[in-house]
Amino acid sequence: MAKSQTWLYFSSPKTFYPLAGKLIPWFTALAIVLTVIGLYMGFFVAPTDYKQGDSYRIIFIHVAAAWMSMFIYAVMAGYAVIGLVWNVKLSEMMASSLAPTGAIFTFLALWTGALWGRPTWGAYWVWDARLTSELILLFLYIGYMALQSAIDDPRRASRASALLAIVGVINLPIIYFSVRWWNTLHQGASVSPEMAPKMAADMKTTMMVMVFAFWMYAIAIVLARVRTLILEREKNTAWVVELLEAKQ
Amino acid sequence: MKAREKRLAMVIGGLTALGAAAGLVFYALGSGVSFYYSPTQVKNNEAPLDRTIRLGGLVQKGSLQRENDGLTVHFVVTDYAQNVDVTFKGILPDLFQEGQGVVAQGKMASNGGFTAMEVLAKHDENYMPPEVADMLKKGEQANKGAAATPVSTQN
Repeated sequence: MAKSQTWLYFSSPKTFYPLAGKLIPWFTALAIVLTVIGLYMGFFVAPTDYKQGDSYRIIFIHVAAAWMSMFIYAVMAGYAVIGLVWNVKLSEMMASSLAPTGAIFTFLALWTGALWGRPTWGAYWVWDARLTSELILLFLYIGYMALQSAIDDPRRASRASALLAIVGVINLPIIYFSVRWWNTLHQGASVSPEMAPKMAADMKTTMMVMVFAFWMYAIAIVLARVRTLILEREKNTAWVVELLEAKQ
Repeated sequence: MKAREKRLAMVIGGLTALGAAAGLVFYALGSGVSFYYSPTQVKNNEAPLDRTIRLGGLVQKGSLQRENDGLTVHFVVTDYAQNVDVTFKGILPDLFQEGQGVVAQGKMASNGGFTAMEVLAKHDENYMPPEVADMLKKGEQANKGAAATPVSTQN
């Protein structure tokens, strides 16, 4: 691999560790600011819905979390492929760092969905294609983390769990298109790339602010997690030993 | 082929095979994955008669009738092609309304009606403030009055 390429410069744990440390405060600050703005808009700016009243307001958390749950899985699987095919250690660590955050967002999407479903549909949970495939996504995340912690050697653990992550990618289009392919109780998409949004402009803006807030939070927390993982897996290298000595 | 290329080919090949397998599985399952049967499917006998099924569609406008006990309701579920009469004894969800989506779980009765044990409201993906909804409704009515062919805002 050409060492002169600058984008490869940060693919080494040694150079990425300080970079991540510098980036975390920025993403944390952005996450806090955007969350405050998003929640304020969600409660006070976005109008009441003509049919559901105020109960629809959970959409600002629900949809943002659901999108993140799928997006993070796609990114995680991407890192897993790079780690598996090109043997990039940092990619393996990024994949491992993304899993818990993805799982939390999946749980959040399911949980807020249940709280929303009870007053509107009349049920916390139904076994329709959208809900079931999102539940499978949660199991995929949990399975990925369980498999990784079941194997002691980190490289072997990364390779085995990478395969699981890649196989699970098949679930993403199923979740996304489930409401179009089959009859579901879950409604269709209000906002999607190929059509005009089916919600009022203020509602859509609020939802987008929450999506970006979650995005910033995810980046900040994943960078923090990957830093710990780097220290753990590189603890025998000279630079980590030096770093720890310098701290003492 | 280098080891790296081999691994990449394996990943791509594996994903393609998996995608094809999943596609075939869902093709074979067909409407079995669907959450409910439409009134047309029920009338065409595509739904099992002896088992509990779900029936989904819109509550026909003007079809809701309440019995004197205050609990038993009758309504018609339609997909604009076929209608099914539904009887339900229980509490309807808040969003249950004529002209709105509904999914009823129950069994077909011998007289061609449907006896529901549970009724869920299905709402659509449109969200707007009440003022906008009122304006849309007025616009629709104005259109209906002016033109012979009504403009439908149903999607």
